[in-house]
Amino acid sequence: MDVILFLLFAAIAVACGVNLVVQKHPIASALSLVGVMGSLAVLYLLLGAEFIAAAQVIVYAGAIMVLFLFVIMLLNAGGEPKTPGKSRMAGLLGIPLMAVLLGLLSYLVQRALPKPAGVTFGAFTGGKPYDVGKAIFTEYMLPFEITSVLILIAILGAIVLARKEID
Amino acid sequence: MSEFYTSTDHFVLVPALLLALFGCFVLLADFLVFPRPKHRRYVVILVALGEAFTGAALWRQHSFLSAHDLASVSAFHGSLVVDGMSIFFNWIFIAAVLLVALVSYRYLETEQEHRAEYYGLMMLAQCGMFFLAAGTDLVTLFVGLELMAVSFYVMVGFLRRDKRSNEAAMKYLLLGAFSSGFLVYGFSLLYGLCGSTRLDRIGEAVTERGPFDPIVFLALTTTAVGLLFKVSAAPFHMWAPDAYEGAPTTVTAFLAVGSKAASFAFLMRMFLYPLAGARPAWEPILIGVAILSMTVGNLAAITQNNLKRLLAYSSVSHAGYILLGLVAGNETGIKGMAVYILVYLFMTLGAFLVVVALRRKDLAGEDVDDLAGLIHKSPVEAVLMLIFMLSLAGIPPTAGFIGKYFIFLSLIETGHYVLAVVATLYVAVAIYYYFRIVKSMFVGEMTDTVPLMGGFGMRIALGVTGVLTLLIGVYPEPFLQFAQTSLGR
Repeated sequence: MDVILFLLFAAIAVACGVNLVVQKHPIASALSLVGVMGSLAVLYLLLGAEFIAAAQVIVYAGAIMVLFLFVIMLLNAGGEPKTPGKSRMAGLLGIPLMAVLLGLLSYLVQRALPKPAGVTFGAFTGGKPYDVGKAIFTEYMLPFEITSVLILIAILGAIVLARKEID
Repeated sequence: MSEFYTSTDHFVLVPALLLALFGCFVLLADFLVFPRPKHRRYVVILVALGEAFTGAALWRQHSFLSAHDLASVSAFHGSLVVDGMSIFFNWIFIAAVLLVALVSYRYLETEQEHRAEYYGLMMLAQCGMFFLAAGTDLVTLFVGLELMAVSFYVMVGFLRRDKRSNEAAMKYLLLGAFSSGFLVYGFSLLYGLCGSTRLDRIGEAVTERGPFDPIVFLALTTTAVGLLFKVSAAPFHMWAPDAYEGAPTTVTAFLAVGSKAASFAFLMRMFLYPLAGARPAWEPILIGVAILSMTVGNLAAITQNNLKRLLAYSSVSHAGYILLGLVAGNETGIKGMAVYILVYLFMTLGAFLVVVALRRKDLAGEDVDDLAGLIHKSPVEAVLMLIFMLSLAGIPPTAGFIGKYFIFLSLIETGHYVLAVVATLYVAVAIYYYFRIVKSMFVGEMTDTVPLMGGFGMRIALGVTGVLTLLIGVYPEPFLQFAQTSLGR
């Protein structure tokens, strides 16, 4: 069961990834990215990383993608797509939404069915917020703290590269 | 100090803490202490102070290790380590940042882009380099790498009004992100092998599975692609000429020396410890990459007219020579790599400093022809450039010879005779294009009479690099000791 779901969603992720690159319209690419992130969230669930899966959906598929779309729309990249008769958006929206729907369904199916003992992906069991928090603040405290310096550099870079001429 | 942050953790982390703190101080001091643009150059003093504190912290670590006769002290659950290698490389980073900062203020004032953020980014990049040299955990190493790389992306694009600088930053960012993808893919496979991100655990798993296990081999090749990109070895060198040419020259110097040394520290840490068990698999790959780097670097440099591009291709070929030390892999080879990186620091930095000095108002000064007749205009710079070129080519009385000597010696000791012969032949090719520069300086007709960029910092930096390039060549003993003790484990 796990293997079938894994193969299915891995295939969807790859297909959406390829679609992301070949699409001409930036909005279509952005929506394929939602598909990639949605299927990734399902893969995390399959691995037992519940918290990461939820964070993936909320942060990446939700917040970051909205930002992406805003930027694309504000920059007015690509222009208006021609709509010949039927809506292309429906098809484009449909695929990622389908991925998310299938993901949710598969999660429910997986929870309902008894888990076969033989199939595991690695030895990872600690996917709950408690476990993630514990890992971040004990074993991985150092890289977690260095990340704050990384974010500082990113802010600094944005200021340096986007500053106005004052003096 | 709690159980999450013990005194050992603190002791190991102090240099990085100081660098991050002083990086922030520089940013604050810019508008609190030196609000007027004219006084901004005094920020360099703060940089020097920060480096002095970092040096003191490193010295404490070093004396602690030798006093207790320890090979290494590890902290943060095995994420970070102080050993000879981390201390050695951190001294190199300190030297690189100090020397580059000394010449930066005059250069950036000429470019009219003198901002304190530049120095802040330099110190934060050095903070990332610290983690590359001292990290023993995949996550720490990766975050350190990105810390360094992101700072460099910004610094390469620092001249916002210059199209080439923007283009270089964009290319470097895209290709850098691409290579990071490869690296992370390799890391995820390595993590999958043993369920741990600690290098020692990965080493055990790799040794257990053997070098030609398909997963080990896939992890090895993808990790190697990422690492070889960062050291700009062929065929992953495409970004180097463009990024080196477009970046502000001081950043180019820092990129060529600091980023390369840090990436080599990372590469040595990966190949000598966790991937050591897969040596039969990576040795042929590295031999191929080293030969290709020497070929591409040396042959492409012949046709370059832009000095920065020429030095970029020369740095590709030097990466090939340094990799040969890893191919040999015995004690002489590893020591040879350390010595070569030390020597490379001074000679390449020196050559770039002369290119920096060529930048004057309304004069880009980046072509070989701009050096024409330099001996009549500024004899000191011309003679120093001659020393750097001799050293880069590897001619005996200079430091470059010592670096190449140990690499070749290690190749002969381990029976790689053909490689040694090929590497020696490429030295002959290299002499050709380094001497094009020398010929232009000493024989060419002067094209302009505008004096070179001078200044207190430039004189000190040129003096230090010039003297050390000669000194290591004439009296290498203390420097060999430095490289030896720091890598003795």
